[in-house]
Amino acid sequence: MQSRTFGWILLAPTLLILFLFGVVPFIYVIVVSFHQWNPFGANPDMVFNWAQNYRRIVFDGQFLASLGVTAAFVAFAVASQILLGYVLALAFLRDFPGKAFFRTIHTLPLIMAPIIVGSVWKLMMTPSIGIIPAAMQGWLGYDLNIGQNAVQAFVVTVVMDVWHWTPLVTLTMIAALVSLPADPFEQAQIDGAGRAQIFWHITLPMIRPAILATVFIRLMDALRIVDEVLMLTGGGPGSATRFIGVHIFKEVFPRTNYGYGSAVSVIVLYLTIVVCWLMYVGLIAPRNKDKG
Amino acid sequence: MRERSPWIAVLFWTLMSIATLFPVYWLFVISVKPAVELFSTPSLWLSDFYWKNYTDVLSDRTLRSYMVNSLIISSGNALLCTTLGFFACYALTRFDLGGKESIFFWTITNRMAPPAVFLLPLFLLLTQVYRVGDFSLADSRTGMILVYCTFNLPFAIWTLRPTLDGIPRELDEAAFVDGAGSWRVIFEVVFPLARPGLAVTLILTWVFAWNEYLLAATLTNFNARTLTTGLSEYVTTTGTNWGIMAAISVFTLIPALIVFSLVQRHIVAGLTFGAVKG
Repeated sequence: MQSRTFGWILLAPTLLILFLFGVVPFIYVIVVSFHQWNPFGANPDMVFNWAQNYRRIVFDGQFLASLGVTAAFVAFAVASQILLGYVLALAFLRDFPGKAFFRTIHTLPLIMAPIIVGSVWKLMMTPSIGIIPAAMQGWLGYDLNIGQNAVQAFVVTVVMDVWHWTPLVTLTMIAALVSLPADPFEQAQIDGAGRAQIFWHITLPMIRPAILATVFIRLMDALRIVDEVLMLTGGGPGSATRFIGVHIFKEVFPRTNYGYGSAVSVIVLYLTIVVCWLMYVGLIAPRNKDKG
Repeated sequence: MRERSPWIAVLFWTLMSIATLFPVYWLFVISVKPAVELFSTPSLWLSDFYWKNYTDVLSDRTLRSYMVNSLIISSGNALLCTTLGFFACYALTRFDLGGKESIFFWTITNRMAPPAVFLLPLFLLLTQVYRVGDFSLADSRTGMILVYCTFNLPFAIWTLRPTLDGIPRELDEAAFVDGAGSWRVIFEVVFPLARPGLAVTLILTWVFAWNEYLLAATLTNFNARTLTTGLSEYVTTTGTNWGIMAAISVFTLIPALIVFSLVQRHIVAGLTFGAVKG
């Protein structure tokens, strides 16, 4: 057996980097959030001001509106991705000519940079440049302008996220579905169960862990969406697509004092942890306990 | 169950593939059109190719330096993260270290937090705290290489762990019995066997760093700006140079496409922290 010291030496650089750029910012943001600090203002010093910054957040309408649209976005985007991904995974289960080729194409969006996805969709959706508004106008007489219409901007953002991330759900669902044992399905068919019954009583319970894990990963990522939205809509029009990350980047970071910005960051981090923790204890942990 | 013709599936997936590829095709269409043609009625088909947007991007000194920065930062970060991740996983799988499972789990929490939350503290730390005399990490390539470790290093550790677990310890022990030193065992026994896993990790961390935008946009202002931030500089309130923006997007997309063809099978495992095998 080698000496433990050597093990710690190998681990040390990793721990040091993650400490300096992960833990220190975490502690630092909490400390700053209890201060009034505006280096470019009349008083450039940090002044301790108890929980004043947090009190201000409660009355910050912009921030609360941003939380609302973020919740709506995450709900619509993740739900559509799970449903669509499951259906597409089923469509991939049978063999057909060119299956591997189509699967490769379907996976392609996953590797694209979020900022490129945003830029690609902006080029497609901007009136007078993009083909989609022109086609909508020409064929259906429908006016699509994501720079003006809040509902359209929100929907297009959701569609973009579905385009970008549904393949991930499809591939995790395929992995879950192909690993299912055949016996229960054959038995159910012998017993005369219908397709709906088989789905609700056999398929769904068996792939539930995979669905929950996928929801968990997608939820975490959807909560922090920034790049695509900055590029596509810049958070507008109004606050229609000013999701929480976009809000911090565009409003909090450049326009407020450091203390208030830190308080907003701490609250967002806290809410993210709470949402993920609720997901975990509410949905994933009980299932694991059932299994023994 | 009734048998359906497989050609229905082929038709369905052909339509799906068009839906997947169309946005990328449109990006290419915009990138090879001169600015004057953009504002006529958009047309699906290309009559002729106008390459000036691409040559403009390549001859722009600022954009060229952004490209070089992107290359240096993502390559430096991928090498650093893969090397440190390899050492860390070796330590986690071969030594009886107190609390090592907690450390393993803790690393991933660094990746879970929304990066927007850390913009402000990282900006303040880099500009005001992490400096030695004249040397500051703010707006430097070294700084960005280190900052990108917050998401890529946990990723490297989590994807390399199964690889290192899969290499039998008996091989290490046999080498020790033969009198090899610790470093020789790592580099001459374990490294060759871990090479496939290391290659996948290197490639995926490289592409994650190459694709990053938010931190680069906040923490750099000139010296270390990357290609993704250059892209957003072409979207302004007064007017966007669409052709150039599309051409930069294509340049940013190409490495990702190459990577995609190299490690397609491993992408799902990578994006789910190894929870799902592709």
